[in-house]
Amino acid sequence: MLILECPYCGVKAEETELAAGGEAHLKRFGPGSSDEEFHDYLFMRENPKGVHFERWRHANGCGKWFHAARCTMTLEVFGTYSAQTTEPPKEIQDKISEKRPNWTWRDVK
Amino acid sequence: MSDPVSAMNGAKFSGLAQVEDSGLQGMITLRGDLASDTLKAAVKAATGADVPASGHVSLSAEGGVAWMSPDELLLLVPYEVVDAKVVDLAEALKGEHALAVNVSDARGVFRLSGDGAREVLAKICPVDMSAEAFKPGQFRRTRMAQVAAAFWLDDDGAFHIVCFRSVAAYVFNLLSVSAHPQSKVGVY
Repeated sequence: MLILECPYCGVKAEETELAAGGEAHLKRFGPGSSDEEFHDYLFMRENPKGVHFERWRHANGCGKWFHAARCTMTLEVFGTYSAQTTEPPKEIQDKISEKRPNWTWRDVK
Repeated sequence: MSDPVSAMNGAKFSGLAQVEDSGLQGMITLRGDLASDTLKAAVKAATGADVPASGHVSLSAEGGVAWMSPDELLLLVPYEVVDAKVVDLAEALKGEHALAVNVSDARGVFRLSGDGAREVLAKICPVDMSAEAFKPGQFRRTRMAQVAAAFWLDDDGAFHIVCFRSVAAYVFNLLSVSAHPQSKVGVY
């Protein structure tokens, strides 16, 4: 069971109170982009065994979207943070580095 | 015009705890910037209660305010005056980025009281219902079996549950099953 703390209302929400929203920090490539960029934006997703960043929504709660950093193998949660970010914040990255040295995720190290 | 009727029209169940339809309750959803002084004053004028802290409810003699999300409040007012309150709020919040809507008839409200109340809720909500974790004045939006619901605990030890009216019968039956006299777990 996954328990994430919603950064907006501070509730420690259990998985069934949340709705998963897929991979975090995707940059949209729309009109004007190349076919390859658009293809990658639409279809290419990370599927790591280890550190992963995801979007979640506190659906049966305050209704806000937020980000979560967790390990897909151990279900360890490194932290949750605001949805208004385009990359994982420094303190979350530091926390992960403490526990998983040499981790990488897309171009984040 | 026909008489307004609450979602379960006064239904009652008694088992581990008492479940009862709370009757008509005026409710206003207010969205806006909760830190704004104009909004705080308007809320105080409408309900007699202050804007509560995150995850809490503040109650007054004639109403109350519940914290729904970082930009949303649920105002509790007497059913008879709800339309007038919405007009007053709209007037008081002119120029603010805010919205007040009367949702009284779109919700069902239940009162759950008695010694087994914590256990009855703990069976159907993913919430720590122990007395140390959930105290009077706290408010929680969560999942109640298959539907969304919210509840708060008042100073008399009774829970007040709010759900969508379309699922009010489901919630009432759910609470009744959870409060079945022979279903005691005895954890709280």
